[in-house]
Amino acid sequence: MRTDPLFQTVTSEVRSTRTVSLSFNDQALEVPAGISVAAALLMSGINRFRATPVSESPRAPYCMMGVCFECLVDIDGVPNRQSCLIEVAEGMRIRSQEGARDLIIQADNVQTAIEQTVEVQS
Amino acid sequence: MNDHFGGVVEAVDVVVVGAGAAGMAGAVALAGLGLQVVLLDEQGSPGGQIYRGITLAPLSRRDLLGAEYAHGNVLAQALASSSVRYEKGAAVWQVTRDHQVSYLRDGRLRTLQAKAVLLATGAMERPFPIPGWTLPGVMSAGAAQILLKSAGLAPTEPVVLAGCGPLLYLLGWQYLRAGVPIKALVDTTRPEDYWRARRHLFAALRAWPYLRKGLELMRSLRSARIPHHTGAEQLAIEGEEAATALTFTVAGKAHRIAARCVLLHQGVVPNIQFSQSLRARHVWDVDQLCFSPVVDPWSELDVPGMFVAGDGAGIGGAQAAALQGELAALGIAQRLGRVNAGQRDERAGPLREQLALNLRIRPFLDALYQPKEANRIPADEVIVCRCEEVTAGDLRTFVALGCAGPNQAKSFGRCGMGPCQGRMCGLTVTEVIAKARGVSAAEVGYYRIRPPIKPITLGELAGE
Amino acid sequence: MSQGTQSVIQVEVIVIGGGLVGTAVAYGLARSGADTVVLDQGDDAFRASRGNFGLVWVQGKGHDLPDYSRWTQSSGSRWPDFARALMADSGVDVQLRQPGGFHMCFNDEELIERQSRLQTLQDALGDYPFQMLDAADLKARLPLIGPSVVGASYTPQDGHVNPLKLLRALHSSAQAKGARFHGGIQVDRIDGAAGEFCVTAGGQRFIAARVVLAAGLGNPGLARQVGLHAPVAPNRGQVLVSERVRPFLDHPTVHVRQTDEGTVQLGDSMEEVGFDDSTSTHVLEAIARRGVATFPLLREVRLIRAWAALRVLSPDGFPIYQQSASHPGAFVVTCHSGVTLAAAHALRIAPWVMGGAMPNELGAFAGERFLTDKVFSHAH
Repeated sequence: MRTDPLFQTVTSEVRSTRTVSLSFNDQALEVPAGISVAAALLMSGINRFRATPVSESPRAPYCMMGVCFECLVDIDGVPNRQSCLIEVAEGMRIRSQEGARDLIIQADNVQTAIEQTVEVQS
Repeated sequence: MNDHFGGVVEAVDVVVVGAGAAGMAGAVALAGLGLQVVLLDEQGSPGGQIYRGITLAPLSRRDLLGAEYAHGNVLAQALASSSVRYEKGAAVWQVTRDHQVSYLRDGRLRTLQAKAVLLATGAMERPFPIPGWTLPGVMSAGAAQILLKSAGLAPTEPVVLAGCGPLLYLLGWQYLRAGVPIKALVDTTRPEDYWRARRHLFAALRAWPYLRKGLELMRSLRSARIPHHTGAEQLAIEGEEAATALTFTVAGKAHRIAARCVLLHQGVVPNIQFSQSLRARHVWDVDQLCFSPVVDPWSELDVPGMFVAGDGAGIGGAQAAALQGELAALGIAQRLGRVNAGQRDERAGPLREQLALNLRIRPFLDALYQPKEANRIPADEVIVCRCEEVTAGDLRTFVALGCAGPNQAKSFGRCGMGPCQGRMCGLTVTEVIAKARGVSAAEVGYYRIRPPIKPITLGELAGE
Repeated sequence: MSQGTQSVIQVEVIVIGGGLVGTAVAYGLARSGADTVVLDQGDDAFRASRGNFGLVWVQGKGHDLPDYSRWTQSSGSRWPDFARALMADSGVDVQLRQPGGFHMCFNDEELIERQSRLQTLQDALGDYPFQMLDAADLKARLPLIGPSVVGASYTPQDGHVNPLKLLRALHSSAQAKGARFHGGIQVDRIDGAAGEFCVTAGGQRFIAARVVLAAGLGNPGLARQVGLHAPVAPNRGQVLVSERVRPFLDHPTVHVRQTDEGTVQLGDSMEEVGFDDSTSTHVLEAIARRGVATFPLLREVRLIRAWAALRVLSPDGFPIYQQSASHPGAFVVTCHSGVTLAAAHALRIAPWVMGGAMPNELGAFAGERFLTDKVFSHAH
């Protein structure tokens, strides 16, 4: 869910105009190239990154340096990735991590993806 | 030679882990001494946290962050023009006592066999366990500074800074320069802290450039007329799904400041995951209130050939870290026969003088900004282990059942067993148990840290 | 410290060891009303309990010693009542599930060996249900199984618990029933005359008519002091633990299981490396390979922790249960199946310690069986 962003670009910043397109929970986002996924989400109004596997309580980045593991998201079908350590890339599909990952659904997704690829190729 | 995965192990002289101040300076010095060096770092560009993104930051951002930050570029340029093989995006997950370093890069496991290893994994912020600190919108001040350094981002709405310590005030100063409104500085420092720190003032005055820098910083915050609450106690974050306010008391009077973004900080502590995993000797530092590895004057652990330089061996700051990196390089070079002891000592002399100057201000800072007990040993309802959602009250229940330390706390309630592998709760768990048992933190000890230091997948470990 | 300054604590029973074995016996003793103290080491002790895999496992155990199989079954069948009692006394649900367990085989020889072992047990014991499953049968039961698994054995008696919750429940339940724990102390010595033992530990003296040695790897030295022989030695086991994932595996298997909390545990290795409880890469890699071969969907799962702990193994791998002949009232209780046997330890060993008859399966488990020149193997 997008709300007013918690973070924005400082006014003095002279940023390169290069941007990349990605999606968060199927919503298209346009963000500056070269920044971390966590930074990109925070400046795009994504304030809640995941729900914990223990109690499904909401969490968002805390340390931004790879220590706290609070910024975990699903990137291109791979769950529990540390978004503060990964740079944005064109076409990235990012999803919030809701509770514990589901291996079975994931396996089905991969299977579907393989089948679709096969279809495209044949 | 083969590694345990059937892959080829590459033999090198020295592996340096971490490309911050100590790692960059150490690697460059080692290469300058004729050694073959591989520098492994998890990030996409060198600089560590203190000089995060230094090679990529546009000039406008470097200017905003100040001269201290810009200095990182000197180290980064030296690295770029050295013979050091710098590997970015390398997540080191295991270092063994016999100098093998295993890491994951581009989805593949690789292993290096070194003659010596320099661990330069730096510091992390001390946990700040208060009610509501897990809510979205609450971040560490260091995290916010990383957003500024690496992405040019700052809070949209007037922000609340809370806690104590140089990094908190530095961030405030940087925000002022960037025109970012600060709603309040909620300072946990009390008048008696100045009194306690006073006995170290003379030593600090001899490190005048550093002290002056700090004083200027505080003066600029004051002249900006930011509401500054000192002696704040009973800090708590309000909110259900996200932070909505910070509440606290000053001299018994309750305050509430509405904010969607609250930045917490109460100092930094050594990141000791690797030195702990090597089972090197560590001691409880009563001034910095953390565990530090025991190193000799050349930064060597009690594990031969394993060295720790920079904040990972005790907090000294970026400039001290770089000097320690160079000193460790001399120690390693002597160990590996590149220089003799006389040459080593001669070159080390001026470095040691500079290091001593740098460290003179530490006792003053440690005394002045010692985090308050209530913010380290929280009330029962506060979450200590964020991953497994274990509260301080849970820990006290375990102690009542006979739990003597952090390792039994894992058994009793999964504390420290989540993805962060105890990094975010380790110190709090030690201190909560120590207080509940009425013994010292040193006696309680720390988690037994084991590989993988960074999570890897089963498929990666299986070599598939 | 002079003895005059030591405090003296007099009780009915002293249990030395606060792991799964000691706390289970202590819980049983406290339930029966015995005034019990438990003496335990500190946070950094070698603790087999901490590395336990959590299986309540009957399948295949004791094929060369039917009394061990009977003893194991007697514990497995008592486990449901035992778990309820722990719940009532501690409020901790140890998450007992006994849906039957699988032992995977990766080649035909393993499958044949498995069949023969379980058949031997069935012939000896009578009531010993098991099934052999081929790849298709197994796939029907466990659809996520990998193609390199050629078959499996299944017995309906097997189950699992959360071993960490069990340890906590035992501590909590024993104390709820009046047992007192003294942690962080090392037993210096046991002075014993029949009818009165004096245990010196941590500057204190504990006096009781009965003492139970449940100190794991500490038992050999303690046993000697009360005329018992308990030649146990460390055997390292390594375990991998994953991040939490949603439930995908209800049944325990001998090498892979999912805990109630969602983490996946993969084990377990056996190595004789003395008192070295560090992990080693080649063993972890082998465990990971077998885990991924068993359930290929585990390939992408993140490993959070690797663990090594020291099992407490006797030369033949079976437990040692014995009351001292020279020092009546002193008992040794030592085994490496602290979870499976917890119910028997609480419900059957404790009454024996308090003067009841020795459980009839236990005649085969005296420590003197090792006072021969025979070369033992614990590959069972």
